[in-house]
Amino acid sequence: MKDWRARLAPTWSKASVPVYSIVLAFAVAAVVVIVSSAFTETGFDPLLPFAAYARLLAGSFGSGNAIANTLVSAAPLMFGGLAVGLGLKAGLFNIGVAGQFLVGAFAAAVAGASFATAPTIVGMPLAMLAGALAGGAYGFIPGYLKARTGAHEVVTTIMLNNAAALLLTWAVNDLVRAPGFSFPRTADIGQSALPILAGRNLHLGIVFAVAAIFVIRWILDRTVLGFEIRTVGTNPNAARYAGMRPIFITALTMTISGLLAGLAGAIQMLGVIGFYAPGITASVGFDSIAVALLGRSDPIGILFAALLFGAFRAGAPLMQIETSVPIEVIDIIQALVILFLAADLIVRKVFRVRAPKVEITEMATVTGSWGTGTPPPGSAR
Amino acid sequence: MDLLAVPRLIWEFLVYLFTVMPDLLPIILSLATPLALGALCGVLGERSGVVNIGIEGIMLMAAFFGYLTGFALHEPLGTGVALALGIVIAVATGALLGLLYAWLTVTVRADQIIAGTMMNIAAFGMTGYLNRLVITPSGRGGAGVIPPFHLPDQLAAIPFLGPILAMFFDQGPIAMSVIVLVLVSQFALFRTRWGLRTRAVGEHPKAADTVGINVFRQRYMNVIIGCAIAGLAGAYLTLESTGSFQNGMTNGRGFIALAAVIFGRWTPVGAFLGALLFGTATAFGIIVNVRPADGDLGALMKSIPTFWYAALPYLITVVILAGVVGRSTPPAADGIPYAKEGKG
Amino acid sequence: MSDEVVTSHKTPVLEMRDVSKRFPTGTLASDAIDLDLGEREIHALLGENGAGKSTLMNILYGLVEPDSGEIRIDGATVTIQGPADAIARGIGMVHQHFMLVPVLSVAENVVLGQEITRGGQILDLGAAERRIHDLAERLGFKIDPHARVDQLSLGQQQRVEILKAIYRGARILVLDEPTAVLTPQETREIFGVLRRLREDGTSIIFISHKLDEVLEIADRITVIRRGKVVGSRKPAETNESELAELMVGRAVSLRVDRGQSRPGEVVLEIAGLRATDDRRREVCRGVDLTVRAGEIVGIAGVGGNGQDELVECIVGMRKPIGGTIGIAGRDLTHLNVDARRDLGIAYVPADRQRFGLVLPFRLPDNFVLTRYAEAPYAAGFGGFVRQDRPIREEASRLVKEFDVRTPSVDVTAATLSGGNQQKVVVAREFRHDLKVLIIDQPTRGLDVGSVEFIHKQVIERRNAGVAVLLVSAELDEVLDLSDRVLVMFRGQIVGSFAAAEAQREKVGLLMATGQARA
Repeated sequence: MKDWRARLAPTWSKASVPVYSIVLAFAVAAVVVIVSSAFTETGFDPLLPFAAYARLLAGSFGSGNAIANTLVSAAPLMFGGLAVGLGLKAGLFNIGVAGQFLVGAFAAAVAGASFATAPTIVGMPLAMLAGALAGGAYGFIPGYLKARTGAHEVVTTIMLNNAAALLLTWAVNDLVRAPGFSFPRTADIGQSALPILAGRNLHLGIVFAVAAIFVIRWILDRTVLGFEIRTVGTNPNAARYAGMRPIFITALTMTISGLLAGLAGAIQMLGVIGFYAPGITASVGFDSIAVALLGRSDPIGILFAALLFGAFRAGAPLMQIETSVPIEVIDIIQALVILFLAADLIVRKVFRVRAPKVEITEMATVTGSWGTGTPPPGSAR
Repeated sequence: MDLLAVPRLIWEFLVYLFTVMPDLLPIILSLATPLALGALCGVLGERSGVVNIGIEGIMLMAAFFGYLTGFALHEPLGTGVALALGIVIAVATGALLGLLYAWLTVTVRADQIIAGTMMNIAAFGMTGYLNRLVITPSGRGGAGVIPPFHLPDQLAAIPFLGPILAMFFDQGPIAMSVIVLVLVSQFALFRTRWGLRTRAVGEHPKAADTVGINVFRQRYMNVIIGCAIAGLAGAYLTLESTGSFQNGMTNGRGFIALAAVIFGRWTPVGAFLGALLFGTATAFGIIVNVRPADGDLGALMKSIPTFWYAALPYLITVVILAGVVGRSTPPAADGIPYAKEGKG
Repeated sequence: MSDEVVTSHKTPVLEMRDVSKRFPTGTLASDAIDLDLGEREIHALLGENGAGKSTLMNILYGLVEPDSGEIRIDGATVTIQGPADAIARGIGMVHQHFMLVPVLSVAENVVLGQEITRGGQILDLGAAERRIHDLAERLGFKIDPHARVDQLSLGQQQRVEILKAIYRGARILVLDEPTAVLTPQETREIFGVLRRLREDGTSIIFISHKLDEVLEIADRITVIRRGKVVGSRKPAETNESELAELMVGRAVSLRVDRGQSRPGEVVLEIAGLRATDDRRREVCRGVDLTVRAGEIVGIAGVGGNGQDELVECIVGMRKPIGGTIGIAGRDLTHLNVDARRDLGIAYVPADRQRFGLVLPFRLPDNFVLTRYAEAPYAAGFGGFVRQDRPIREEASRLVKEFDVRTPSVDVTAATLSGGNQQKVVVAREFRHDLKVLIIDQPTRGLDVGSVEFIHKQVIERRNAGVAVLLVSAELDEVLDLSDRVLVMFRGQIVGSFAAAEAQREKVGLLMATGQARA
């Protein structure tokens, strides 16, 4: 009987703080909901959070449709979480997932539309590839700048996010606008769409996403490249000493990270949206950060964190419709989760956690390279 | 195009800039105001060793709560009082968030970039949530905009100096306060006891500790004051510049402010110049529509799509950051939490 | 020999009674220590690295809270709450790693925390500068109050630290390993300053592990070993051997037996090397040196004269701006770190934690850190996939061969002690196909046992025919180990001696001034 507890212990030790962080985040968000209900027309309602959370649960797991929705929402989050998590492993904080996602979605939409009448087996992979390459290119830019000049990716990627939205709007308006619609948008992707596996909307993307999780995990843990990435992220000086090339690794990792984010956009485009129009917003951008941090930048952790946040996003609309609690409460919960992860002594005190702290050691490299302008070691002097 | 086309275009461009300057300058100042205030927040924090990438979020929260105050109070208490209270609440919001941020980074020693990111996500979530819950359903508007001072006509008539002063005063109180805050900060940082201790704590906190300076208290002070200033930037957005709130209206200004900090070598005056530079990039996009150029230059400028002009400030930030980073060094302890050894 | 001191039987200025401290890691840093300090006394606290001397003084300065014990100043019991409190009570401390803010001026550093102001906030640096001028004069030296601290030499920085303490009215001055970074001439100068301080009425505690210096300057010597006081002597009553034995607990051979070297062909050849540091200042200005197989060439020099950059250029971590580096005739200029390793260059870096190891990684990864991409550690898909078994086997083998004290191979490098961490680095680098071994500050911060081990290993390598280039700030280490001694000053080699001709005074003078005559 005690056997399964002993075997689960090390996993629980790593997962306990994240799990408790989620619980506490929900609790604090409930307080916010209660307090703010006093300012609405329906008035103060101390039971509102329970109704809201119940609807949230129903919308994410309460029916076959709900579960499908959860998986559909989780798939791009797995790619996005991997993008941020892989970057973290190399000591980079890629918060440009939002922009790389849009660029990837756009490329997939345009490529998909070009092959709309071709067989799916041709159009769909090509569109995915287009999304991946576009995302990769958009990740390469800040990666190369960081590697060569030390310009910190935290600022450059956000700038590129904003620029992406604007420039893609221009592209849809002026370059690839599909005729015959009342608003600017690209043409339909037709047969390039991801095939549906089950139900109304559960598409193939979830399979790709889970596959990506295991591929990245294998790369990080078992390959020479993964070792180089982890060393550069943990101790760039020692990496140089060991004969690694931090510039190359930095640029390469950001490119792969952008590629993964581009794939997130691609599967969202090919599986759900179907065409690109200005104003597509993606919560995937910031959700990916929470997913990566919750998963401690470990691929398996990211898998579960993506499922969790996919559940939140899938269930939130039902919650908003039936209880009028705005879907932005998910953003609040997300921020609280990150807060409790970052200040984990709160969780430790409240839940009396004694497990040792599982750090993301690479964060020190991320913050340590702020504004120093010393290009990561190894660049030409 | 003939060979002389390029120099001719450049000349026409310079002439154009000169002619639009009276219209351009107020736009630049107004766009630079939130950037400069945000940059001041960054400078004060980083000089004491705390990186704050959550300036964007703090600005947004302060903008919202300042707006909310005006929105709630302008009917019962009148516009003037509502606006004044709005500014107070916005600054207080900034200071409170600064307290939270300081606690997270200085006492709890959480990673500063994660803490800042969290502030941004929380701000987007919180303001979006409350906006959707309280403001949008009501259908009502806010308290409006703080009326700028108007220089008496006699003073405005003084040749050369008059128009400049008039333009300056036309900005509004918060915008006018920027130059004062910048100069005061510059003096304080380099010529006062507080400034010396701040710099010591940001460069070598252990050394400061060993001479009896309270590193934690110094960092708390700097972060809270800085974030209060960021709160003022938020107030500017909703109470002086526009009169309304939109989700995410800060639109990256908090991050551009960080680039201005690096550009300005972590000095208040330098950061202010950086803010002017980035403000110019944005203003440019506006002036091109409002006062278009003539002739060949005009045709050239019209042919560039508006979205490229809109993207200009962001792209310029990336370019400048890549070029400028590495030419100057940040405070040595920037971003590194301080831990006392051996106690207890 | 120290001057005659009138031993007064008044109350000691400082008494520490029964002071104990155990750190959360379990180490008993101080074990019921008794210490007293008389008026106008220079009292040396002697012990090897890690013995507990610094901890005891950190307790006195309020940086560390003791578990038990009493501190009395002028007979009255006090509790010291923190550095501010210690300063208020007249205790000043000059730390081993200077507590100066590099970008601030001398004046700003000295008054920091007790600034002279007008109206409470506005700094009056003019007044500060005048005070500093007066204090320095009293102590017999000159210093420019405007100068930025990072432009000063280490000896000058140390004087700024002393000024800081005197400015705050210190009557008890603690100096932690003050001569670690000084040349012999600077050491003599600082001793002069200390004697003037003593005349002036200051009592001094002098922490060191250098026996000869302690015998020269102290009025009384207390030896600490493993957190306990093991003896107290007057210099006249003792000698180096007795002190060494007290320090370590057994008879210690103070000089390593280097044996005879049999140098072979020239292996490492450097000609006209020029290089810049991280701030683009030229720090190597035409370095020429050669190392033969089977000899140890040691570079003596005060830190900051270009040695670090020279070493980085040889290893491939820095691009020189001129000159050539060759190994066995092959020009290395265009080869990267990896390729140079393949040619047989090994490098034990000065900062083992920053460069030599990845602390959060486990030992097997650290043991193959420099060969992670080679077979048999990587194979499959053209050397893309790592092979766990060969890596672990190598780790186990090296742990045994080099006697690395660890409960298992699967721990992270961070859990090892300093000496064992260095053993990991050394074990990894000391392979059998080595041609050139470059070692930089190999025994910094290590206990005597580890120091002996490392020195023995280096000599063994030399005897096996490896060309060894040693860089060390510890002049004694260079003089002990080297077959040939070079002196580096301001980016150039200014002196070259065979071991027999290398005398401390001559070498020290070159180190300090770059010239053979003062």
